[in-house]
Amino acid sequence: MSAPPAPATTAPAPPRPPHPATGSSPATPRRRQRPLRSRLGPYLLLVPALVPLAVGLGYPLVRQFVFSFQEYGLAQQFGRPAEWVGLDNYVTLLSDPYVWGVIARSIAFCLVNAALTMALGIALAVLMTRVGRAARITLQVGMLLAWGTPVLATMTVWQWLFDSQYGVVNWVLAGPLGMEGQRGHSWLIEPLSFYAVATVIVVWMSVPFVVFTVYAGLLQVPEECMEAAQLDGASSWQRLWGLALPMIKPVLFVVALLQVIWDLRVFTQIHVLQRAGAPTRETHLLGTYIYSLSKEFSMAGAMATIMLVITLLLTTAYIRRMLREEES
Amino acid sequence: MTSVVPPPATAVPARAREVPARRRPRRRGTAARRLLDVLAVLTALAWVFPVYWMINSAFLPTNRLRTPEPSFLPFGGTLSNFRRVLTDPSFYEAFKVSLAVTGLTLAAAILFAFVAALAISRFRFRGRKSFIVTVLVVQMIPAEGLFISQYQMLDTWQLVNSVVGLSIVYVAAVLPFTIWMLRGFVSGVPIELEEAAMMDGLSRTGAFFRITFPLLAPGLVASGVYGFLQAWNEYTLALVVMTDPAERTLPLWLQGLVEANRATDWGVVMAGAALITVPVILFFLFVQRRMSSGLVAGAVKG
Repeated sequence: MSAPPAPATTAPAPPRPPHPATGSSPATPRRRQRPLRSRLGPYLLLVPALVPLAVGLGYPLVRQFVFSFQEYGLAQQFGRPAEWVGLDNYVTLLSDPYVWGVIARSIAFCLVNAALTMALGIALAVLMTRVGRAARITLQVGMLLAWGTPVLATMTVWQWLFDSQYGVVNWVLAGPLGMEGQRGHSWLIEPLSFYAVATVIVVWMSVPFVVFTVYAGLLQVPEECMEAAQLDGASSWQRLWGLALPMIKPVLFVVALLQVIWDLRVFTQIHVLQRAGAPTRETHLLGTYIYSLSKEFSMAGAMATIMLVITLLLTTAYIRRMLREEES
Repeated sequence: MTSVVPPPATAVPARAREVPARRRPRRRGTAARRLLDVLAVLTALAWVFPVYWMINSAFLPTNRLRTPEPSFLPFGGTLSNFRRVLTDPSFYEAFKVSLAVTGLTLAAAILFAFVAALAISRFRFRGRKSFIVTVLVVQMIPAEGLFISQYQMLDTWQLVNSVVGLSIVYVAAVLPFTIWMLRGFVSGVPIELEEAAMMDGLSRTGAFFRITFPLLAPGLVASGVYGFLQAWNEYTLALVVMTDPAERTLPLWLQGLVEANRATDWGVVMAGAALITVPVILFFLFVQRRMSSGLVAGAVKG
């Protein structure tokens, strides 16, 4: 996936006439000129979007890919030309067991978080369809508040909640729940409990999006289908698993795909928690590890390319499915 | 606040059918129903708690935050935390930078995404599908793997620590989803409406601006707020691009505040967090319904 994200413009000139029913709208003030203008029209309309995509994403992507095959460090920043080193950077990275540790941790973190988020999100969306109006609105408002809070504000509150001395979490665990050992416990020192805290935060932040999207999807399931199934004697559980969820599969796919992508590239939460006093080397995930390599551009480039490949591997099935749907 | 969460039937775009607000569980014991209601309310409380805790702590003086027993209500609280944040000039500096970056990003992203969405939903042309695929695939590119390269690029162009530089990468980051979302809205407006108006004597352009455009307004507002939230809240790229403390955006400023006051003054930190949260939540409540229904529309439509 090293191609710059701008293939649309590279397509040859369009010989096909525009769809009769969907001619051009704003690009053709007069109808007489329609043939030529409306053939060019759509491309002109895409240019403004393609330029920033090419500059802001495409070019850095290509550049980084090129650097990943070069020796490019501080010396090159001061003008020394970069040397081609072939796959050396990749070999260095992939023969380092530590890098494999980071990759494994990232994938595990991503899958656990995406699965938890999806399970909780779908459960709460279904719950929303089955409760009274007041309870539903309460739940919606609660979800909205969590969803709307800026990520940095979220991170600061959770740091405060998990504060070792005065945090509420330790207070609840040590006081009402009687776990005396929790008093003054530092959550971020141990990698495993560090990831547990990160998971709580990421899931808390991500669930609302899933809930609202899945809920909107569930509302689109035709009532007649549900009633027909009910008349045929399907229990509400069967109607959910056998009918409603399969019918909103496209929505579930998009949402799950986004969760996997977002959770693989998680950076802010990990970075902020690391700064809050965790051992960085033991807690790096892909994003923060690349950030830590920022002084060695080539290595960072190679690592970022590896991350891209992992993302694609994790999501190809989904992408293929979306394309098939796009086709029909 | 409940007025912004209207009955969900309206959340279904365009060709929605009348859907009752909820499926009635056939009077199968109100006890079971009530149990679910309680579960929903408890979940809501659990989810709200961190937000509540932020606001609660923001009103408490340090000596009440640093006690073995937490204060769960801000009775007898103080405004001094807010006063300290609001008399800090660095807050206003960061506010200005955030405002500039967000405004620039928003204006560019909405305009560009809008015309692109028009192109892919109102025209059939060669390359249309590859463009849609590009938009989808670009969203998979982990920006977190790109930031070093983006930094270098901006550095070459002398655009590090500049509002314009940060806005360029923001626009690129926001565009794919905005296009995807607006496309759903544009294809939700039937072309027949425009054609009918043209039969009645309007020009094509006139028909577009008089008929279709007003119907798209909600979509434009929704994607505008989406762009606003992204640019306003973004941390990663800002961290990489805005290295000069004078050019910090609000999230970077808040992180600085945390690091300066950690373990000493959580009240001030919470006041800072609350101050950058409140406007965002207001915007958010206003728009989220359209955001998720826009995504559903984009996903369901061919």
